[in-house]
Order: sequence, then structure tokens, then C-alpha cells
Amino acid sequence: MIRPMIALVLTLLLALPASANPALEAVIADNLDQIEKPSRRTVEPLVAQIAATGPEGLALLSAWANRSLGVTDDGRLLIVDGGTATDAATGQPVPGADPRMLRPNSGVRGVIESALVAGEIASPDPARRAAALASIARDGTAEHLAALRAAPAEADPALARQRERVTNLLAIRFDADPAARVAAIEGMAGDVGLDFRAALNPLLATSRVAAPGEPADANIARELTVGDTEFPREAAIALLTSQGVLPPRLTPADQRNALAANILDGSVGGVPVAELSDPAARDRAYEALEAAGAVPPAATEAEVEAAIDAHRFFEIYAEPNSDVTDAARAAQTGAQVRLAAMTGIDLGLDALSLASIYFLAAIGLAVTFGVMRVINMAHGEFIMMGAYTSYVVQTLIANRTLSLVVALPLAFAVTFGAGVILYRLVIRHLANRPLETLLATFGVSIALQQLAKNIFGTQARPLTAPAWLEGAITINDVISISSIRVAIFVLALLFLGLFLFIMKRTRLGLEVRAVTQNPGMAASMGINPDRIAMMTFGLGSGIAGIAGVAIGLFAQVTSELGQQYIVQSFMTVVVGGVGTIWGTLAGAGLIGGLSKVIEALNPANTLAAQTFMILFIIIFIQFRPRGIIPQRGRAAEA
Amino acid sequence: MTEKMTRQSFLLRNPSILVVLALLAVFTVAVTLLSQAYGSGAIPTSMVKVLGKTLCLALAAVAMDLVWGYLGILSLGQMAFFALGGYLIGQWLMYARTEGIVAASLAQNPIPPTPAELQEGVANQIFGVVGSSDLPLAWSFAHSLPLQLLLVLAVPGLLALVFGWLAFRSRVNGVYLSILTQAMTLALALWLFQNDSGFRGNNGLSGLQNIPGLDAVDQATLSVWFLWASAAALALAYVLAAWLVSGKFGSVVRAIRDDETRVRFLGYPVEGFKLVVFTLAAMITAIAGALYYPQAGIINPAELMPIASIYLAVWVAIGGRGRLYGAIIGAVVVSLLSSWFTGGRAPAIHLPGYVVNWVDWWQVALGLGFVLVTLFAPKGIAGLFDRLGGILPPQRHGRDLGPDGGALQEQEAKA
Repeated sequence: MIRPMIALVLTLLLALPASANPALEAVIADNLDQIEKPSRRTVEPLVAQIAATGPEGLALLSAWANRSLGVTDDGRLLIVDGGTATDAATGQPVPGADPRMLRPNSGVRGVIESALVAGEIASPDPARRAAALASIARDGTAEHLAALRAAPAEADPALARQRERVTNLLAIRFDADPAARVAAIEGMAGDVGLDFRAALNPLLATSRVAAPGEPADANIARELTVGDTEFPREAAIALLTSQGVLPPRLTPADQRNALAANILDGSVGGVPVAELSDPAARDRAYEALEAAGAVPPAATEAEVEAAIDAHRFFEIYAEPNSDVTDAARAAQTGAQVRLAAMTGIDLGLDALSLASIYFLAAIGLAVTFGVMRVINMAHGEFIMMGAYTSYVVQTLIANRTLSLVVALPLAFAVTFGAGVILYRLVIRHLANRPLETLLATFGVSIALQQLAKNIFGTQARPLTAPAWLEGAITINDVISISSIRVAIFVLALLFLGLFLFIMKRTRLGLEVRAVTQNPGMAASMGINPDRIAMMTFGLGSGIAGIAGVAIGLFAQVTSELGQQYIVQSFMTVVVGGVGTIWGTLAGAGLIGGLSKVIEALNPANTLAAQTFMILFIIIFIQFRPRGIIPQRGRAAEA
Repeated sequence: MTEKMTRQSFLLRNPSILVVLALLAVFTVAVTLLSQAYGSGAIPTSMVKVLGKTLCLALAAVAMDLVWGYLGILSLGQMAFFALGGYLIGQWLMYARTEGIVAASLAQNPIPPTPAELQEGVANQIFGVVGSSDLPLAWSFAHSLPLQLLLVLAVPGLLALVFGWLAFRSRVNGVYLSILTQAMTLALALWLFQNDSGFRGNNGLSGLQNIPGLDAVDQATLSVWFLWASAAALALAYVLAAWLVSGKFGSVVRAIRDDETRVRFLGYPVEGFKLVVFTLAAMITAIAGALYYPQAGIINPAELMPIASIYLAVWVAIGGRGRLYGAIIGAVVVSLLSSWFTGGRAPAIHLPGYVVNWVDWWQVALGLGFVLVTLFAPKGIAGLFDRLGGILPPQRHGRDLGPDGGALQEQEAKA
């Protein structure tokens, strides 16, 4: 436990230039006996003296505690590091020395350790103070607690807060005075840090006991009732058995083995072997053997009942002081409540980022569906195409930021082009045949997927985000969100704004809305529905490409990338209602939020989460067949 | 007398029935005579299995054609029923076979096993792979073949009934309905993928080619028996489907496909018709699955993924929708071609500078070919037969007058 601290001090000290230290030399000369044969009780002033001599003294102490300090026959102390030895007082290397290594006991090392900590904590360099605190926070001991309390006041406010926190945590664990521990626990109430919760847990650890009456000297957490869901009868029996009150119960396997060991002339206890496939016959045979004394008696139901009636069952804290456990329990409850709230916030952030991905993936689908009433099954492959475009750009441009900046518009251009080609070649020839369009675009989808496999291979291609997008924004131990997801959220917002602008403020948007509502009337007004459909299709596909770049940043780019998002995108469109941006937004929010909530309720099982979500959507459609925000106008009746 | 006349007229009106039945009979007899078990052995057992499985796929395609070609619902979840049939028959196959093995091993013990011990042993054997040793509730009937056969019909039928009722009554149709059916099969697949759903997670059910109680019969013979069973099922289903779509019922069903609202306004219970066809098709598909998977030997949740159902739709589209024999042609031709091309036996095309390897390029060719069929031959391969038989759609030359679907055509406008 001490080692990391010493290693830290050593690395810090070894970086210093070696220099002679006459004060240290004097201390060593005066106290060589005690250094060679230290005692726990008397070593403290000496250690303080050595520490006071400066960095060389601290180096000596850490070497001493680390058992890498040796003494030569002529009374010099050498710090041995691997094969080289240096004089502790002068800092001169001593080649060819053969010192006798000192082996202080753990008590002495504890004293040295706290002196070192005190030295580090009091160090004038804030970086070293911070490092020492971090080291103690990782591996604290009772000595550290004393050293922290004895240390001079901290000037840096951030470090002061951290030191107080570490001191409190150590006090909870190591303070001898229960009142101080309670004070420390109460001082930290409301904290949700993992370390605080970890410090509370051992205080609240319980064990179960069965006793005839209330145990007098134990810190009882609560009394258990046999038959509760958390303390079923089997648990009570197992507890009584483990305490030796009851003989072990007879398991069917034991019974079978006992019977098999007592087969005599084709029968056991007078019951023919052939009949033993019946459990009742086995019981009869076993009872006969019991009566004959051939097998150990098993606890009967009556004995079990009597034993349970004769005992009371308690949960007992390992921690004997009830004030401490009460405070810890209160603090834990408080922490759990705050934790639940923060988990909720974290969940909300997760849901938001998932919703933004679904929004980006689905908005193109929704707009094309709104205008043309067709579902583009190759939409997922456009997402994949965008991701691969980004991958290709990345292999050409080494600068990650620049490659991302180039990849975004390029992915849009590539998928926009692909969408327009698909529209011109296939979709416009299948006008008013939505199911055929669905299948034809599916044909395109499998062809594109296989094409991607042929070109890029089956292995996943990594897409590396620029350095400023790596890492996560961490608010505390619970709430954190990776920067990429924040960026995707921003991207989604950007496209929401862009889309709203195009739809509400531009000529194209006006025409798109007109065609969506009533293509015939729009055509009569001089709008070319074919051109509008082509533009919308290209736009929708282009955004799929952008979504592909975004998704590629956190998922592996494979030829099946689009498939993983396409069904969710369909769901988003269906739930949200087609043809409206707000509908898609609502759908993405609902689906993203819902899948995160279900996942949180059942964290072990994301598959079940998806199953339940799809079931929910099927039922949701019952009540809102046209989605959350249904389309208005003539088209709605189509 | 009257009955005879209608029967005659039924067959006369559906000449394809006789042709299909005759071809099926010739095919079955030919394969039997060339099989290893009953004939010259020119067709290896694995090929017999492939042919038998193809017949099952054709059966599923006939059901798909009922739903899509006649009722107009592009169901992208048909393979859910197919796989459910396979799972349900697989439960019995696996349980009964494991029970035999466990009973044989427990018989070595000095004490005969209790029924509970036997069941525990079976459960351990089957579910050890997903870390469980309890028999899930869904396996309550797995010990009994008749009950499990009943479930093969009942479970997919009930699922289709409930799903269809929910979807049809809320008037979900068109593309929406397709997406919903796809969601249904995806949900089912994801559920089955879980280890604790009681169907061995992604391990699926295996060893289904061994039929309990028929240990003495070798696979060569079994494969021919399954081929017969598949052919018989296909023949029966074809006749049933043809009869269903030829009468008045069929007319209403096709009318629903063409204009649902109008049929509803004429007073027909559209939802009822849809439910009947959808449920019946689900049950036929389940039978196809129950015959398919004992020949395949293994089933796992990947079989339910939406892509499988989409392929089924592709087969039917290529074969020709709205023609029952089209569905059979599509399923047989495309699935056999697919397995030939992806099996690595198709010769590669050597272009200057590049070798077109069919294993890599078949999928691309299939996808593009499918687009071409949709664009240029919407009636599929069966359209060719129509042309040969002189059944031609009324020629409506001229262009649309307006951009809308319901707009008058040029000639109609003149009249």
C-alpha cells in the first residue's frame, strides 16, 4: 500500500540534481545506530530530523522505507537503485560498493511514510502537493490520515477542497473516534462520488445470523421475517444448516446416491430397484434405510419447522458502532437519491444523443416519403456511402480536422449525386407504385452493400475523430458524455435549422411543401413535381451521407453500417408522422428516449430493449396510425 | 351433376393446377429414381435435401403470393412464420432426441431415473449451452409430437391473427404496413437472440436432421421422404390457394388489392377478408418452415432477420406476382441460382484486368437484375407465360394527362 507513494516520491526526487548536504551528513553521523536498528516508538524524531534536512533527506527516507537503503562498513548510507549506488548525504555515486541493506519493519516504514507524506503535502510546489493528494486518494492508510491532519493549511483553494475531501474519506475509514467518523460522513452528505460510496459500503456490509434471541452486543441492522421475498424459507433453512443447527437437507442427488449404495439383491430397503423411478418409492426406500440405520438421518419437515420457529433471524453490521452505521445509512440513502437524479440526467443526455443520430438518419427518409410516398430501402446504404467517403478522404488527408471538414460536404455531394441518379434511373419510372419502389430500392441496397464489400473488404474500417473530438465531457462520476456525441447533437441541431430554413424560407421549400400536400394542384400552379421530387430525393440522400460521416466517427465502418440504423429510421418516420420535420424530430426523440429508458430498466439486455421498443411501436401505431404529428392536407387521405 | 360441373370448370379455369401438379409429380418421381436411397444414386443426398428445401421455399412463396400478389399486402415478415414453424417442430425434434440420449445414459445408473430427473437431464443437455438448466415454459409441450404439430399451426396463425387484427383495424396499409411487418419479424428475431428467451439464443436449435424414433433410417432415405412430404404439401397448398383465389372470395380479395376503399364502401368486411388470407398464409408458411428445417438440420434467429423475408418478396416478384405458379418459378429459379452462384461452382468471368468472381458479384447482379425486373417486367417470369397464353392486359396507350395517379388517360379522356 505504501509503495506507490514511495515510487512517486522517488521519481520526483531522482529528477533533482545530486548535491552534498552537510546537515544530513551530520544527522546520519549522529544517529547511525538508530538508522541501522530503528524502533517504531523512538524513530519519529529522527525521521523528522532527516526530513527537515531537505530533498536529500526525503530521498533517503523514501529509500529507507522502500528497503533500498544500505549501510557500508565505514558508516556511509547508500541509496541503491538497481545496480548503481549513490551516497545518500553527498549525492556522489559510489562504484563497486557492497552495502548491507537495511530492512526496517512495517511499523517503522509507516512512520517514515507519514513523514514523507507530510513532507510532500507541505511541499512548496502545488503540482507535488496535488500528486501526493491523488496518490493518497488512491491508496490511503491511517498514517496518511494523521499526516494530512497535521499538515499546514493549504493555500490553493482547489487543492484545499480536495485535501478536505480526502481527509474526510480517510476519516470515515480509519478514524478511531466514532464521533469523528460520523462527523466526516455527515460532512460529505450529498456527495455522489464513487470513492465516497465505496467508503460507505464496507460500513454497511451485513451478515445474517440466526439466534434464539436478540444478540446482545451486535449492531443489528434489522430483523428478518422468514418467507419475505428477500428472505425465503430456503434461505432460512440454508442459514440454520450453515450454523449447524439443522443437519444438511437431503438433496435428490444425495438420496439417489445413498439408495444406489445400498442395493441388496435387486432391492433397496425392501423396495425393488425397478420401482425406484417413482419419487414416492424412493422416499419409502430411504425411510426404510434410515430405520435400519444404514444412512444418516435427514432433517424432516417437522424438525425444520421447529428449528425455524425457535430462531430469530437478524442482519448484523460488521461495523460495531451503531452511530456510525446510522450516519452511513442516512448518507447512503441521500447519495442514492442524488445518484438516481443524476443517472436520470445522464440517461437524458444519452437519449438526446441517440435521438440526434436517429434524426439525422431519418430526416431524409421522412422528407422523401412525404413528397413521393416511397420508402427508400437504399437509404441505409447512402449512410454507409457517406461513412466510406469519409474513410477515403481520411486516407488521403492526414490532418484529421481538415479531413473531417472536407469529408462532410464531399459525403453530402456523393450521396446527393447517388440519390439523384437513383431517382432518375429507377424511382421516377415507378411513380405511384410505392411497394414496387420499396422492392426496387431494396435491390439497389443489396447491390450497393455487396459492391462496398467488394471494394473495401469485409473488415471494419476505422474512422478516427480529430483529437478535439476525442474524450468526454465529464461533469461528475455519473454524468458524462463523449464529445463526439455532443458534436453529433450540434450537427443534428444545425441540420434541423437548415431544414427548417429551406422548408419555410426558400422557393424550393415552398414548392416541396406544395407537392407534399397536393401534387396535382402544385403541378397546375406551374411547379414541376418531377424536379421537386428529384431535389428532395437528392437532399434526403445527401443528409444520409452526412449522417454516415457522423455515425462512422463512433461506430465501425462496415458494409452493414446502414442496416443497423435503417430499421430504427423507418420506425422514427412511422412514429413521428411523415412529411413534417417536427414529426421526425418527435419520432427520433421518442424512439431514442424510449430505447434508452428501456435499456436503463434492463441494463443487461439490450436485445430485450429493442424487442420491447418495437412492440411498443406496433401498439403505438394502433392509437396514432398517422404518427405523432400527422400530415394535414389532401395527401393525408391518400 | 352440378358439383361435377363446378369442379370441372374450376380446373378448366385454372389450367395451371394440372400443369403444376403434373410437373411436381414428374419431378418427385425423377428425383426419387435418381436418389441414393431408391434409385441410381445420380443425385447425392445433399442435393436431394437442397431440392426438398427448395420445394419448401416454393411453398412459402405461394403463401407470400397470396398475401402480396392477391391481397396487396407486401408483408416483409413472412419468414417469421416460416422460422416459427421450424422452431416449433425443432423443439420436439430436439427434445425427443435428447430425451432418448439422456434416458440411455441414465439407464447406466443403478437406480432408474424419476421423470423429474429425466427432464432435468434433458434440460441440462439442451440449455447448458446458454447457462441454464431449467426447461422454459415454452417447452411445456415439447415432449409430444401431436401437440407440437398443433402448435406449428396455432402459434404462427395466432400471431398473424393478432398482428393482422391490430394492423388492419387501425387501417395501416401500404408502405407503413410493410415496415410494421418488418418490425414484427425483427422484434421476434431479437427476442429469440436472447439467451434467456428459452430458445438457446443465437445457438438456435440443432441436430434437427435426426428424427427421433427413426434412428435406423439413414439420411439418404430420410431426405427422399422429406422431399415427398414437401412436394405433397406444395401440391395441396397450391390447390388450396388456387381454389381460394378463383372463386368469389378470390374476386373480393383481388378487389381489395386494387381499391380497398371502394370494396369497403361496397359493404364488404375488408378487415375480415384480409385477416383470413393473412392468417392462412402464415399457417402455410409455418408448415413450409416445419418441413424445411428438419432438412436443413439447424435453425437460429438469424433466419428471422428482415432480409430473409425481403428475399422471399424478391423471389415472388421475379417469378411474377398474382400468379401462383409465378411464385413457385421465382422461388425455385432464384434460390437455386443463388446457391449455385454463391456456392463457388459458377465459372468466373475473365475480363481484361479483372476477374469477376461470382461469389463476390452475384449479390450485385441479383440486386441490379431485380431492379431491372421491377422496371421492365413487372409481371416477372410468369408474364412470359401470359404472353405465350395470349393473356394480355388491355393496351392503354397514351400518356397520363395529369401528374396524379387517378388522372384520366389520354384515350379515356377522348372517349
